[in-house]
Amino acid sequence: MTGSEVDVPEVTEVSGTGIPIRGNDIDTDQIIPARYLKAVTFEGLGQFAFFDQRYDDEDNPKDHPMNEDRYRDASIMVVNSNFGCGSSREHAPQALMRWGIDALIGESFAEIFAGNCLALGVPTVTAEAEDVRDLQNWIEEYPDEEIEIDVAAETVHFDDRTVPVTVDDGQRKALVDGIWDTTALMQSNAEAIEATAADLPYADRSD
Amino acid sequence: MSSGTLYDKVWDRHKVTTLPNGQDQLFVGLHLIHEVTSPQAFGMLRERDIDVARPDLTLATVDHIVPTADQSRPFADDAAEEMMSELEANVRDAGIEFLDPTSGEQGIVHVVGPEQGVTQPGKTIVCGDSHTSTHGAFGALAFGVGTSQIRDVLATQTIAMDKQDVRKIEVTGELGEGVEAKDVILEIIRRLGTDGGVGYVYEYAGEAIESLDMEGRMSICNMSIEGGARAGYVNPDGTTYSWLSETDYFEEHPAEYDRLKPYWESIRSDDDAEYDDVVTIDGSALEPVVTWGTTPGQGVGITDPIPEPESLPEDKQDTARRAQEHMRVEPGDTMEGYPIDVAFLGSCTNARLPDLRRGAAIVEGREVHEDVRAMVVPGSQRVKAAAESEGLDEIFREAGFEWRGAGCSMCLGMNEDQLEGDEASASSSNRNFVGRQGSKDGRTVLMNPQMVAAAAVEGEVTDVRELPEVATVS
Repeated sequence: MTGSEVDVPEVTEVSGTGIPIRGNDIDTDQIIPARYLKAVTFEGLGQFAFFDQRYDDEDNPKDHPMNEDRYRDASIMVVNSNFGCGSSREHAPQALMRWGIDALIGESFAEIFAGNCLALGVPTVTAEAEDVRDLQNWIEEYPDEEIEIDVAAETVHFDDRTVPVTVDDGQRKALVDGIWDTTALMQSNAEAIEATAADLPYADRSD
Repeated sequence: MSSGTLYDKVWDRHKVTTLPNGQDQLFVGLHLIHEVTSPQAFGMLRERDIDVARPDLTLATVDHIVPTADQSRPFADDAAEEMMSELEANVRDAGIEFLDPTSGEQGIVHVVGPEQGVTQPGKTIVCGDSHTSTHGAFGALAFGVGTSQIRDVLATQTIAMDKQDVRKIEVTGELGEGVEAKDVILEIIRRLGTDGGVGYVYEYAGEAIESLDMEGRMSICNMSIEGGARAGYVNPDGTTYSWLSETDYFEEHPAEYDRLKPYWESIRSDDDAEYDDVVTIDGSALEPVVTWGTTPGQGVGITDPIPEPESLPEDKQDTARRAQEHMRVEPGDTMEGYPIDVAFLGSCTNARLPDLRRGAAIVEGREVHEDVRAMVVPGSQRVKAAAESEGLDEIFREAGFEWRGAGCSMCLGMNEDQLEGDEASASSSNRNFVGRQGSKDGRTVLMNPQMVAAAAVEGEVTDVRELPEVATVS
């Protein structure tokens, strides 16, 4: 195993304007339809985020927050419960990130989706349902106003309010300490990996 | 926290260390890869100048984009051909075994892993596919990962994970006529919710689970993720060991079987294991379950009424209203009689030999309804060959089904097999999400293979237990 250094920035705070995406159980097939997975890179995925919700059969824009000018520069997506359920496709957070999203605030996230976001340095912070709805309503009224997520302190600040949010322990530490890209981190434990494998009855190195 | 469960034991045996972020670094015993989620990971490895750590513990196949009608190369779809070529180059450069369509061993990744004998009790198994939970049927700890995690596994053969809680789901009693593993898992998801399993691993136990064959157990573990649980498993037992002993691998390596079996026995959950939660379901009370909505949790017994949204928990009401509008169903009605245009018997949930046998038993002597296009897509080339040697292909063909090559097919809109317009499908697959089967106006009704066969014949969702007898010619 060799490897070159990769720059992994610390993600302690994220600020920007918001975009509300309402609804529970929004699955990754909605976030990025399967036909856009037919590519060997993630490049250009941003334009296809939520494509079938945003465009009709003739590719005419439909009523959707991501089509609205006022949310064009948004970087914080505010969602409801079980966001990102279904397929494990990392294409989903890749598409959102490439559209411009730096962080998500929601009532709850599907596990694989949240893990995929973390691997990209994108926080998925959770808040009480009522606070999420307040924030979504507030964004609609003030789309140009900043929202500040303090990942380390687990708070979100908007409209002169500071509401408590939860950032999963492992996620918080990984983001704040800049260790969310785990490849090099885990490579450094090469000896311990060998020892664990050697102790398993089935993982001997084949000739 | 749980203790003494299979999950705890397998976790402990594979734990390399605790990482500075608090997550555990786990050794991965088997890494399955396919063409959709791996090319970007191989690209990242190249950017970082990293070699694949353990090609000997990695196995590749092609399933999502592969055509099921004509698999000759180059594929008709340029994008599919490019993905196939990329995978071929990646596995060749890394020295990874590739079960390609010319091998006779190709198929859906969650069908071929068990067939090859590499899915074994007590292994950690990952794949860039959420239905990796399937392999838990053998008592493996198996879960889906994203592409950046695939990069980690290729580079280190390990993965960073948080340990979850364990919920034991005990399904008691004997399943009734027409009721299958699929109905059990749809009922579990209906009761516990699509997010009920978030933070949990599911241990499936009880008489109704233990009496299932391995294929049934795979159907159940497969859909754990639809209930939010990233992994689900069944403790290995005589059924598991007997299935494994009949794989080519262990028939050729009987000494390996004898050597590994004590390990398999050792990782079973202890009788006095502690769980974070226990749920009991009476399996004998179940009837065939079908979905009425656009999440796998929106299911209903075939004779039960579709629920009023207002009768559901508040946070599920909006989703239910939108789902009923999309599906064009009315609360209070049953799903019986819901007209269908397509019948799809396939997918990593229900495309193994016993699934096809049960479907064929319903189809035999009957004809597909004139308004229905019906297809059977075996889960692997091995399943296909075995089915053909039993004459199942003839039964399906004579009834009017198309008999296809192995692949994910119409489970998801990534290949040529797709719904068109607002077609409704009776599908043995796992997701009824809007747009899942390739058309955003398409409508998917999930059900077990016998129910798919019955729907194909009748042209509408049908209680397979009430299907009229086949007229016999004396």
